Amino acid sequence: MNILLQLFVSFFQIGLFSIGGGYAAMPLIQAQTVEIHGWLTPLEFADLVTIAEMTPGPIAINSATFVGMRVAGIAGVVVATLGNILPSVIIMLILAKLYEKYSEQTLMKHILEGVRPTVVAAIFTAGLSLLQLAVGSISSLDLFALVIFVIAFLFANSRKMSLGPITLLTMGAACGIGWAALGF
Amino acid sequence: MSAKPVINLKFYLKLFWTTFTLSMFTFGGGFVIVSLMRKKMVVQYGWINDEEMLDFITIAQSSPGPIAVNGSLMVGYHLAGVPGALVSALGTILPPMIILTLVSIGYKAVSENMWIKAAFHGMRAVVAAIVLQVTWALFKPLAEKKKVLPLLLFIVAFLALFVFKINIMAVMIFMILLSVVISIYETKKEKNV
Repeated sequence: MNILLQLFVSFFQIGLFSIGGGYAAMPLIQAQTVEIHGWLTPLEFADLVTIAEMTPGPIAINSATFVGMRVAGIAGVVVATLGNILPSVIIMLILAKLYEKYSEQTLMKHILEGVRPTVVAAIFTAGLSLLQLAVGSISSLDLFALVIFVIAFLFANSRKMSLGPITLLTMGAACGIGWAALGF
Repeated sequence: MSAKPVINLKFYLKLFWTTFTLSMFTFGGGFVIVSLMRKKMVVQYGWINDEEMLDFITIAQSSPGPIAVNGSLMVGYHLAGVPGALVSALGTILPPMIILTLVSIGYKAVSENMWIKAAFHGMRAVVAAIVLQVTWALFKPLAEKKKVLPLLLFIVAFLALFVFKINIMAVMIFMILLSVVISIYETKKEKNV
């Protein structure tokens, strides 16, 4: 299949199945770009999520642009992004029309409720693979990364001292650079 | 009801610029956009009222695709029909497209740099922490309801994805069909009672 068509179809699927917003798209992006098509290595995918956290905009659009650019240049960016938002455009225009009439969508609500556990499980799975990538396996454990992970998790989860993703990532970057500067 | 603005070229430009700047400052995705949207579209311009905005967010959130894109499509359609929806969607997707195109060009050049590598070494662990913390935050409300079904669905989905490595799209389609069936069953049950 033509590479542009592949990009379009892949990101169309990502758009169509990422229900629940935000992080719901991440496991789908991982499946399409790393596992099915091999456009990104697992490490590049982890970097992409990092970059997406630090730049504005939805992770799906960020990924469509990043992957599109790497695979097929500007044409790839346009095709992947349009593919990604096309399901939204079609579905939202239908729902917007219905909203002006009925103001409520029970079926969508039910589907969201029913699919939510799956979405959480999918994000959890993607998170575990990111963790494994960051700290390595038990035989080759990266202690530095593990410590950073635990500290960052505690800060992100704390109610009193909750820090935003950008602050945490900046601190992580600083620690990484400091660690390398110490010669490790 | 909020007053609808006069639809002319000047309005489209204003709509484009508003969604463009909103998207430009939506870091970390998700709900950040709600507070920004409210400030601009509800308070400053009076394009929509609070109730409409909450409805739009709910619908945007419970539909496939990025919340920010869905939300801007809803607002754009509400204000000026299909052209309005397309203009505001374009305004929303352009900032990340431009920024990530530049980043992607830069990434190739700098990803081999030792210090950049060191920074990503630290950031990768943080990203894993952020994603797993989000998982935890999403999981808690599922567990707190003390309903068996959501927990059961979670376990089944997790085993399918993590242990059996079943394709995520297949799992999603199965779960969507399942929730439609459950939804129909429960409405029937409610009617019988």
